[in-house]
Amino acid sequence: MDLYEYQARDLFEAHGVPVLAGIVAYTPEEAKAAAEKIGGVVVVKAQVKVGGRGKAGGVKVAKTADEAFEHASNILGMDIKGHTVNKVMIAQGADIAEEFYFSVLLDRANRNYLAMCSVEGGMEIEQLAEERPEALARVAVDPLVGIDAEKAAEIVAAAGFAEELRAKVEETLQKLWTVFKEEDATLVEVNPLVKTGAGDIVALDGKVSLDDNASEVRHPAHEELEDKGAADPLEAKAKAAGLNYVKLDGEVGIIGNGAGLVMSTLDVVAYAGENHGDVKPANFLDIGGGASAEVMANGLDVILNDPQVKSVFVNVFGGITACDAVANGIVGALNTLGDAANKPLVVRLDGNNVEEGRAILAEANHPLVTLAATMDEGADKAAELANAAK
Amino acid sequence: MSIYLNKDSKVIVQGITGGEGTKHTALMLKAGTNIVGGVNARKAGTTVTHGEQEIKVYGTVAEAKAETGADVSIVFVPPKFTKDAVVEAIEAEVGLVVVITEGVPVQDSAEFWALAQSKVDADGNQITRIIGPNCPGIITPGEALVGITPNNITGKGPIGLVSKSGTLTYQMMYELRDLGFSTAIGIGGDPVIGTTHIDALAAFEADPETKAIVMIGEIGGDAEERAAEYIKANVTKPVVGYVAGFTAPEGKTMGHAGAIVSGSAGTAQAKKEALEAAGVKVGKTPSETARLLREVFAAL
Repeated sequence: MDLYEYQARDLFEAHGVPVLAGIVAYTPEEAKAAAEKIGGVVVVKAQVKVGGRGKAGGVKVAKTADEAFEHASNILGMDIKGHTVNKVMIAQGADIAEEFYFSVLLDRANRNYLAMCSVEGGMEIEQLAEERPEALARVAVDPLVGIDAEKAAEIVAAAGFAEELRAKVEETLQKLWTVFKEEDATLVEVNPLVKTGAGDIVALDGKVSLDDNASEVRHPAHEELEDKGAADPLEAKAKAAGLNYVKLDGEVGIIGNGAGLVMSTLDVVAYAGENHGDVKPANFLDIGGGASAEVMANGLDVILNDPQVKSVFVNVFGGITACDAVANGIVGALNTLGDAANKPLVVRLDGNNVEEGRAILAEANHPLVTLAATMDEGADKAAELANAAK
Repeated sequence: MSIYLNKDSKVIVQGITGGEGTKHTALMLKAGTNIVGGVNARKAGTTVTHGEQEIKVYGTVAEAKAETGADVSIVFVPPKFTKDAVVEAIEAEVGLVVVITEGVPVQDSAEFWALAQSKVDADGNQITRIIGPNCPGIITPGEALVGITPNNITGKGPIGLVSKSGTLTYQMMYELRDLGFSTAIGIGGDPVIGTTHIDALAAFEADPETKAIVMIGEIGGDAEERAAEYIKANVTKPVVGYVAGFTAPEGKTMGHAGAIVSGSAGTAQAKKEALEAAGVKVGKTPSETARLLREVFAAL
């Protein structure tokens, strides 16, 4: 889960990272009140999970609370790269003397963590890494040790900080490590990390990604950070039912077991769609290993409620859950749903007890269900049916 | 021959008394796996019964290993406790630890991997190999199963298979069921995993029984790209590839925690191109991949 800037700011503050005052506002009135509370010059910053908001006009300096009201009125509702702005952060104005960069992230390739740091902050880090790679220090971090005093000193020295700043920056880096470690983040990025006119080190803008597995296992508080308002209603419904569902743009609803097989099914359906009016997959839905009637019913319920869906392809390889159980799940689901089941279903079953599974579906002889012998054939049939119903 | 696992492997099950552990212990026994013990600190000294066989439950991995001579452990422990279980197996110097559990916090995986890396023998070789987490495990058909792969898809044969995904492994084994497999290994879909595509490719290259290799990848990370470089430099046996997720949109996680396209990185197209540049034939679909494998196999 990626956090908004204001959420990252709040986490930083909770772990002792120096930040400036910042208050989230959902209306111009709230923005004005926040500006009054903070006092002095403030910055009105669009809260969207995408870069380039400054260029898009989503960050404005306000000298008075009335100006903050005005800027918030303009920024709220703005579209930034397809993201609608529905909240702003009112941030205390900063007196910036110098800008730096710091991040610590999961390094998949090396299976450890990577700290990156530069005394040339403020610009896009991808650009810096490409144009002046020597200006970006990269230091591996041992997961069993983390960024302790010694590692912080190594990073700060590698980045080439001026002697008089090192102690303060090292301290801040260790606190940012605490955020990474204690919140189970996969990314903590500060850009820019600034030196103020008074010589203080402050994290001015933060980006944090949290590990969903860890949030589930040991951070109940992270649920509060979820962006429930922004989620697609079908995705929200699926999540409530414990389903692994992603809404896409096409017409063929997809249900399968196992993430890899479902991804593969999306591809095969998209290829089949090229011969059938360019129909595409409508969703990703992995019902996992234990495809009980209830899980199947929940899955079908979500997919059939998607008005874009014109046909459904159920693609299951019966492993631990045998095909007869899956077939019973489908029949049970259709019975449970009754008239709500109103779109054609193509079902492909293979694997354990496939004969029994196919026999169950054949016997039920549901008018909406077509059996397919292979994954390719099922995808083609589902695409054809979706195109016919378009 | 096979890789990592054979009929002589002595296996213990961590979490043998739980729901998943119980179910899959039965299935692994049915597949011929030599299960010599289980571990559950709270049920030490008891036994579990599967058919004719009584399996002793030990309090710790170290104890189970000392008593039974186990060289393989499979972990069915829930995500909250997975790290502790794996650490215990590493400390006990078990040679192969297969972590089936889904939903393990990635920092936990990074930590137990760092620990495993730090434990080396006199020759500097890492003592514990880890497979997973979030994986279907490993099967050497006709000999042993340490995982959750259905045992009856196909039998022994000349194909080696390495895959990030479970059901896609089953699908591919099914497509090629007439040929059979030396070993099929599911390495898991998490961002941090123990055994990689490259490790498995190296092992298949060295295994005389394996004549051709199928490598299945999916979106996210750059493991496939690195595997492509490795193949180009080191693998002489024919490799056929498949990558799932061509139609996956950017920024959406597709089921596996590691399966996400971020920016220009991790796309299926980029992986396909990297593999093809290394001389690997890449199928657009599982069935086409099976067809390509048959072609290269027939040409051997």
